[in-house]
Amino acid sequence: MKKTVAEYHIDYLQILDPDGNVQGELPAFARYPHELINLYQRMTLTRVFDTKAINLQRTGKLGTYASSLGHEAAHVGMGSAMHEKDVFAPMYREYGAQFCRGVKMSDVLMYWGGDERGNNFAGPRQDFPWCVPIATQCLHAAGAAMAMKLRGEKRCAVASIGDGGTSEGAFYEALNLAGAQQLPVVFVVVNNKWAISVPLHLQTAAKTLAQKAIAAGIPGIQVDGNDVIAMRATMEAALERARNGGGPALVEAVTYRLSDHTTADDATRYRPQEEVDEAWKVEPLERTRSYLISIGSWDDGKEQALLADCARQVDEAVNEYLATDRMPVTAMFDHMYEELPEAMQDQRETAIRYDRSGGHH
Amino acid sequence: MPGIALIEGVTMALAHELSHDESVVVLGEDVGVNGGVFRATAGLQQRFGKERVMDTPLAEGMIAGMSVGMAAQGMRPVAEMQFMGFIYPAVDQMISHAGRLRHRTRGRLSCPMVLRAPYGGGIHAPEHHSESTEALFAHIPGVRVVIPSSPARAYGLLLAAIRDPDPVVFLEPKRIYRLVKQEVEDDGVALPLDVCYILREGDDVTVVTWGAMTHETLKAASELESDGINCEVIDLATISPLDIETILESVEKTGRLVIVHEAARTCGVGAEIAAQVAEQALYDLEAPIQRVTGYDTVMPLFRLEMEYLPSVARIKDAVKVTLEE
Ligand SMILES: Cc1ncc(C[n+]2csc(CCOP(=O)(O)OP(=O)(O)O)c2C)c(N)n1
Ligand SMILES: [Mg+2]
Repeated sequence: MKKTVAEYHIDYLQILDPDGNVQGELPAFARYPHELINLYQRMTLTRVFDTKAINLQRTGKLGTYASSLGHEAAHVGMGSAMHEKDVFAPMYREYGAQFCRGVKMSDVLMYWGGDERGNNFAGPRQDFPWCVPIATQCLHAAGAAMAMKLRGEKRCAVASIGDGGTSEGAFYEALNLAGAQQLPVVFVVVNNKWAISVPLHLQTAAKTLAQKAIAAGIPGIQVDGNDVIAMRATMEAALERARNGGGPALVEAVTYRLSDHTTADDATRYRPQEEVDEAWKVEPLERTRSYLISIGSWDDGKEQALLADCARQVDEAVNEYLATDRMPVTAMFDHMYEELPEAMQDQRETAIRYDRSGGHH
Repeated sequence: MPGIALIEGVTMALAHELSHDESVVVLGEDVGVNGGVFRATAGLQQRFGKERVMDTPLAEGMIAGMSVGMAAQGMRPVAEMQFMGFIYPAVDQMISHAGRLRHRTRGRLSCPMVLRAPYGGGIHAPEHHSESTEALFAHIPGVRVVIPSSPARAYGLLLAAIRDPDPVVFLEPKRIYRLVKQEVEDDGVALPLDVCYILREGDDVTVVTWGAMTHETLKAASELESDGINCEVIDLATISPLDIETILESVEKTGRLVIVHEAARTCGVGAEIAAQVAEQALYDLEAPIQRVTGYDTVMPLFRLEMEYLPSVARIKDAVKVTLEE
C-alpha cells in the first residue's frame, strides 16, 4: 500500500506591489496613514544612514561596513512589529530593525569603527549583539525563547539570518528545537539572493527557504520582503501567536542585496549589473512613497523635509561617533570576567606599559 | 621574474597541484567565481572548472566533513575556511575524524586533506576576523599545523601540505598576505614540513616565532643589532609536530630564548616550546625563557588591536631581559 501521509504548501504574501498598488485587503494597522508614514520615515532614515556610513568607510573614517541597502522593508517590518520586551538576535546588517528597537546610529558606527562599545546598546538592553559567525544567533534566540517559556512570560524572541546562513547546521538545530519545544521564537530568513558571491541556487535545491520550516514542524511563509506592509503584518501575526503560546514560525523575506556584500567586496566580479538594475525596479522605498502619495498622505514638500531631517539625525550620530576617543588599553581587560582574575593582572600591567597611544587616545 | 606576494604563493601552489594531480580539488565559500574574499583562489575556477574549484554552501562543518569523506576516497581536497574565526564548526571534524581516521582504521583509510584559513590580526577587520588560535589545532593528535611566513614558504609548504598523506591545517597570516614580494619559481618543488626555518643567524639570543610575527621579530632583531645584540630568529613554520631539535641547537649556542606569538598567552604554542626546552636543555639556559604574546583577552576590535599584538618594543625588551642575567 502506498498513500500520501502528509502534504504541505507554502504561501506567499504581497500587499503593496512594486508600483505601489494595494493587492487585496489592507491589514488593520495599514489603514492609518500615520502608521505607514512612520514606517516610510524609518526606511528612509535607514537608507540615508547607510549612504553616509559607506561614505565614512570610503574616506577612512569607518572600518568595513555591511550595507543594508534594499533590505529596508524587511528590516523595518520586522523591527517595528516587535515589542520592547521581546528579544532580538540579529546578524549584522539589520539596522532598520534595530533602530526601531532603540539601537542608536552611533552604536552601529562604533561597532564597524572597531569599538566594542557599539555592542552596548543603551536601548534594547536584552537584545543580543551583532552576530558575525553566521547562524549561531538562531540558537541564542531559541534559548532566550526557552527562558521565556519556562518563566511563563508573554514575550518572544526573533532571530534574523540570511539565505546563505540557512545552510549552516545551527540554523536547522534552532528550528528543530523551536518546533520540538514549541518555543516563542520567530526566525526571519532575509533572502537577498546572494551570500557574498554565492547565488541561492548553489546553497540549496529547495524552491523556497520558507519550506525549511516544514521539516521542523513549524509554519513557514514567504513574504515580499520589499513590501513593508506585508512584512509588518506577517511579523505582527507571527509574534502575537508566539507570545501567546502558539509556537514558533519562520518568515522568509524575499528581497535583494542592492549593495556590495560589504565595503570590502566588489560585486561586479560575480554579479551581472542587469540583475541589480532589475532589482532596483522593485526596491522597497519607492513603492511605499507612491502609495502614500496616492492616498494623499505624502508630497514633495514632506519628502524634502524628511530627507533634511534624516540628514540632520545622521550628522548628529556621525559627530558623536567621530568625537568618541579610543578606549584605554585597559579596556581589553575590562569585562573579560566580572572580576579580573589575579593571574591576569601582570598582563594588564604589560599592556599599560606598552600603550602605543602614549596615553593619548 | 617579477616577485610575488605570500597570497600569490598560495594561488600558485594551488594552481600547480590542480594541474599536476587530478585528485586535487579546491573547495570553500566564495572560492569560485569570486576567487576567494582575499583572492587566494583568483582565476582558478576559470582555469580548472567548477568541478575542481567548487563554491560550496555556507557551512564550515560540512566543508570539513565532506573533505574527510573525499580524502578517504583518495582525493586531495584543499578546503578554504573564509576566516579562522569561522573554522570552529570544522574543529569537530578535524578532532573526531580527520586526525584519527588512519589510526582507528589501522591504516585502512587515511585523510590527505588540507584545511586552509587566513588568520591573525592587524588588518582593521571586523569582529571574529583577527584571532590566532593555532594552538587549538596543535592540540589535535594526527593533524599537522603549518604556517608560512614568506611567499616562497607559502608556495613550498602548501605544495608539501597538499602532497602530505595526512591532514594539514594550513594557516595563512593575512596581515602579511601582500606585505613583501619575493621571486618564487613555479617549479613544483615542495619545502619540507616538520622543520623550522632559521631566518637570521645570531649568537646572543634565540627568538622563535611564526606567521606575521616573523616580521616584527626580524625588525626587532635588526634594531637590536645596532645595540650590539645578535638574535637568531627561527620561524617555526610547522607548529605541530614541533621541530624541537633546531631550537635546542640554537639555544645550546645562545643560552637564551624568547618566544613571540600573537595568540593568547595561556596554553599558546609558546608554552609547549618553553616546556620542551626546559625539559631538554635547562642547563643550556643562562636566563629564564621570555614569552612575548597576545593577552588572555578576547581579541579586541580594531581600534585596540595594535595594543594587543606584540610590538617591536616588547620584543626588544624581552630580548634585553634575557641578557640582564
Ligand atoms: C560561520 C561563518 N562563515 C563564514 C562567514 C563569512 N561570511 C560573512 S557574510 C557571508 C555570507 C552570508 O550570506 P547570507 O547568509 O545570505 O547573508 P547576507 O550577507 O547576504 O545578508 C559569509 C560567508 C561568517 N561570517 N560566518
Ligand atoms: Mg544573502
